[in-house]
Amino acid sequence: MPSYSKKRRTSNAVFLGLSFGAAALGLVALVFILAALLWNGIAGLKPSVFTEMTPPPGSAGGLLNAIYGSVVMTVLGLLIGAPIGLLAGTYMAEHGRYSKLTIVVRFLNDILLSAPSIIIGLFVYEVVVTRLGHFSGVAGALALAMLVIPVVARTTEDMLLLVPNTLREAASAMGLPRSHVVWKVAYAAARPGIVTGLLLAFARISGETAPLLFTALNNQFWNTDLNQPTASLPTVIFQFALSPYKDWQQLAWTGALIITATVLLLSIAARSLGSTRTAK
Amino acid sequence: MTMKVIARAALAATVLAAGALSARAADISGAGSTFIYPVFAKWADTYKKDTGTGINYQSIGSGGGIKQIKANTVTFGATDAPLMEKDLNDNGLVQWPMIMGGIVPVVNLDGVKAGELVLDGDTLAKIFMGTVKTWNDPAIAKLNPGVKLPETAIVVVHRSDGSGTTFNFTNYLSKVSADWKGKVGENSAVEWPVGLGAKGNEGVAQNVANTKGAVGYVEYAYAKQNNLVTTKMVNHDGKTVAPAMDSFSSAAANADWEHAPGFYQILTDQPGAQSWPITASTFVVMHKDPKDAAASAEALKFFSWAFKNGQKEAEALDYIPIPQKVVTLIAAKVDSSIMSGGKPVYDMK
Amino acid sequence: MADITLQDRPVARRIDAGRAAVLSRFRTVDSIFAGLTLGAAILVLVLLGGVLVSLVVGSLPAFNAFGWRFLVTQTWNPNDDVYGALGAIYGTIVTSLIAMAIAIPVGIGIAIFLTELCPFGLRKPIGMAIELLAGIPSIIYGIWGLFVFAPFLQSTVEPALIAVLGPIPVFGALFQGPPYGIGVLTAGLILGIMVLPFISSVSRDVFLTVPPVLKEAGYGLGCTTWEVMRNVVIPFSRTGVIGGVMLALGRALGETMAVTFVIGNAHKISASILLPGTTISAAIANEFTEAVGDLYTSSLIELGLILFVITFIVLAIARYMLLRIQRRAGA
Repeated sequence: MPSYSKKRRTSNAVFLGLSFGAAALGLVALVFILAALLWNGIAGLKPSVFTEMTPPPGSAGGLLNAIYGSVVMTVLGLLIGAPIGLLAGTYMAEHGRYSKLTIVVRFLNDILLSAPSIIIGLFVYEVVVTRLGHFSGVAGALALAMLVIPVVARTTEDMLLLVPNTLREAASAMGLPRSHVVWKVAYAAARPGIVTGLLLAFARISGETAPLLFTALNNQFWNTDLNQPTASLPTVIFQFALSPYKDWQQLAWTGALIITATVLLLSIAARSLGSTRTAK
Repeated sequence: MTMKVIARAALAATVLAAGALSARAADISGAGSTFIYPVFAKWADTYKKDTGTGINYQSIGSGGGIKQIKANTVTFGATDAPLMEKDLNDNGLVQWPMIMGGIVPVVNLDGVKAGELVLDGDTLAKIFMGTVKTWNDPAIAKLNPGVKLPETAIVVVHRSDGSGTTFNFTNYLSKVSADWKGKVGENSAVEWPVGLGAKGNEGVAQNVANTKGAVGYVEYAYAKQNNLVTTKMVNHDGKTVAPAMDSFSSAAANADWEHAPGFYQILTDQPGAQSWPITASTFVVMHKDPKDAAASAEALKFFSWAFKNGQKEAEALDYIPIPQKVVTLIAAKVDSSIMSGGKPVYDMK
Repeated sequence: MADITLQDRPVARRIDAGRAAVLSRFRTVDSIFAGLTLGAAILVLVLLGGVLVSLVVGSLPAFNAFGWRFLVTQTWNPNDDVYGALGAIYGTIVTSLIAMAIAIPVGIGIAIFLTELCPFGLRKPIGMAIELLAGIPSIIYGIWGLFVFAPFLQSTVEPALIAVLGPIPVFGALFQGPPYGIGVLTAGLILGIMVLPFISSVSRDVFLTVPPVLKEAGYGLGCTTWEVMRNVVIPFSRTGVIGGVMLALGRALGETMAVTFVIGNAHKISASILLPGTTISAAIANEFTEAVGDLYTSSLIELGLILFVITFIVLAIARYMLLRIQRRAGA
């Protein structure tokens, strides 16, 4: 044990104690929210939630159409948005690190990060919905994709910039082409951070209501045609939670529990698959 | 590896999306008023079971409903604030009332139970103007001789979001109070002189229930389902009425629909000894010359089914069905206005 | 060297030919990949630029009607069709400040806890638990805020704040008025909780990129854990941490649903943070669906544009600060 002065020991203890307190505070907030979700949502968690359609007030029903619609649009949104964000982030960090284009894209991207999602919804509404003449699941997925892009691009760039250049130089010295350096070295080194970015993006779009209302609308019935108005869990939660009927409010809380549990499970899965570093 | 998977999946998704876009034309969808959403959901569910036709209605707000029908992205729109005749004609639209309901003041006062407190329009306006500040104000005391009123400060709770309920409520206050009309006016969102904004009817109900001395306004179903303390109101004829299905119906029955151009009729402050003064209706808006005649015909078929068979379901959810004589009037007018190729798309009679 | 000695042998020529093929394949792959990333960057530019352009076009009617006055008035009257953005701008900034005042210290504290203090077995579960706060969709924060958190604040926290902090001169003005449960403070607190993981996760990830050698050197010199964090880890990963803070600030500035439910949507500036206010995105979300008039709609869109400008300014300041820090570190 090195002998620290008393002052240094105290400040060390104080700051470490504070960071311990910070973690405790974060956990308390989480428990507060999860407890409310469980308390209100678990009573409605019956098999029928996953097998029946959203009911009118006063009838039994479930959330199947909403869950299905949400899964399809979220996955589609991620599949469209994530590669674009990833590649754009790669451009900014690797190929075009010093280009003027990067500066412009980076700024626009950062501004769009904080764009209220309803504005993205309105943009997609103007570009897609009014052109096609009707609301559709595809429009919803595109709106979600546009929310994914800035988050993924930002985190990808940040994480790639943190990869030490010596790694790239070593790989290049071995004769690897630039693309391989990026794929095999930079991506590998930045993977946990990139996965975090993808999770943040997923978490963000999994609960978006505003951009879906003017693009996918919603659907009371079972529908697999993405060219039709498509149901989504957040929209249903939004409508049902603010309704006067207890059975609808119950379904809203149960839906909220389902979304949160899904995000939790996916985070765990992605973490254990996508990263070994955070475990250290 | 993962990148390859993502790239491949993205390709598949694009193909999927492209394929979906080329699929069949739009189904029957409607959007707008939040007020009518539960009863439309109920009707659509029963109608789908009876006929197999799905009518997908979504609550995006009355203003949204008007915008969407004008933009032709839905088969029909629904709004709590009717469009003026000129607006209808300019946009080739037709509207008619589909359902009615009551808006009720709710309070949270120690020792005051539902139906005990009586308010009139002028006092309600003064409370929402902030000129009447405490519950034992002489203006309130005068209307409630037998009630022991606390000294509590009044906390006004209004909607924070734009809303058809607010439109009808402020329309009523504008009709009964010149002061309100001049300083605040009527709209789906107004510049509230005082008070606290809460999200949605449910938010207002929640805040009134949690705050001592609060007063708010909600659709009747919210007051009933949340067991809130409602007040009685002095109506147009000077009679004191309680909020109930009878008094809402009375306001609807006494309204003069026949002479309302384009069915422009707001049901607040209607005559009749029994009439509840803050009654509202939701209007359906459609194109006279629809882009998809078949979808419009299906929608009209659904509406006439609802007028005929939907009354019980509506009443169970605390809505007031449109009186039969008004339905006949609607059938006659709508029939001759929604045309395709020179012929009415559907015979509502 | 090896190449030169191999040159004269037949085998070498074959290898050479194969090598040329490989190199040209490398070049093709390289240029395709570089092209793809460039294409994606341009696509982002076009898409996001498109949003910007559509906002500018959409806000022209309001700008023509009100000009710069829009920025400095707080009238918001749909009936007279007169609008001013000041109340919403103020609320946006104040809620974000409250959120960051909570999230930056707590978030970095959590990251330090997770990288330095936490027992190894617990690091992953606790890290994930905190991350889950970002995973909870904003609509759920909204209904939780409305049905659980606001009533909780109204009945316990706010009366205490009013009683304890309210009487303090000047500063106490922030905590005066009746406890409504709904208001600027509630929105700021919820935002703080929501953006917390953005800071803690990103900070933790970048803390872990600090080469162990550097930290070991610090400890070798006899530094305490806190000194290593403050003098080695945080300076090394500053850029990354600020990136996380920017991400969080961006989310706080633009967050819609959670705020919409609890802020009260009053276009007014009040001294007390317990009173209702509004933010730009809450105003848009609360009013857009019911806004029928052209000028009303356009004013809401101009609000959106103003949010972009605010974000732009915040980002510019952050980048400038970052640049100065880097320069000082370099000098």
